[in-house]
Amino acid sequence: MGVQDLLFWFFSAAMLLCGVLVIANRNPVNSAMFLILLFINMAGLFLLLEAFFLAIVQILVYAGAVMVLFLFVIMLLDIKEGARKPVKKLAVGLAAAVGLALSAEIWLAIQGPAAPAGAPLHGGLKEVVKQLFTNYLLPFEVTALILLVAMLGVVLLSRGREVK
Amino acid sequence: MVGLDHYLLVSGLLFALGLVGVALRRSALVTLMCLEMTLNAANLAAVAFSHYLGRAEGQILVFFTIVIAAAEVAVGLAIFVALFRQKQTVSLDDLTSMRS
Repeated sequence: MGVQDLLFWFFSAAMLLCGVLVIANRNPVNSAMFLILLFINMAGLFLLLEAFFLAIVQILVYAGAVMVLFLFVIMLLDIKEGARKPVKKLAVGLAAAVGLALSAEIWLAIQGPAAPAGAPLHGGLKEVVKQLFTNYLLPFEVTALILLVAMLGVVLLSRGREVK
Repeated sequence: MVGLDHYLLVSGLLFALGLVGVALRRSALVTLMCLEMTLNAANLAAVAFSHYLGRAEGQILVFFTIVIAAAEVAVGLAIFVALFRQKQTVSLDDLTSMRS
């Protein structure tokens, strides 16, 4: 078993553990902290898959910008812990059924014939960027427009009534 | 030797975990976090396919997904802030005014 395999198991186990802790924690701030850890482990997996650019973007955008936004809103809204109502039985049953069914389906799916293996994409950043700015130039520009629209929407939503 | 199957298994488990979180948690903020988990699971599958099949398209798809997810989180959190101003709560149990 090589170093890469060990790292894969480490990152995967840590990531799934963080996922469980995100759900299990009562305090939203703790959930957010474990979500940051989850994103960092995901970046590690991206590194193992030689998607170096995406690993950096994952850290910068997700663990950085998105989670700061989450924490900011959690602290802004000051969500009270309070006495929590017990979890609904129906929700637990539904969640367990969905989770188990999905896991079983994945397990069955990977028992089938192995996926056709192409030549692994080693250090494919050059290829990725070339495609991004030629074949996928229009989606790229549309994405920039979506960011602008989202920004305007957020400003409009959070401006409040009294400023009108 | 770790292969495509292992990455897909981890991705599927993370997706199931996110789905369970969406079903279980009643705080809108944590629900949004669990949605991010499911998005990340899909991202991992796309990058794994991209690496093992030698195609660059998967990474481009993930790049777009990350950008859209960031925009989605910003808009979603702004909606929650506006909602909190109106109702003083973001618990999904208390936001039932559209339930008939």
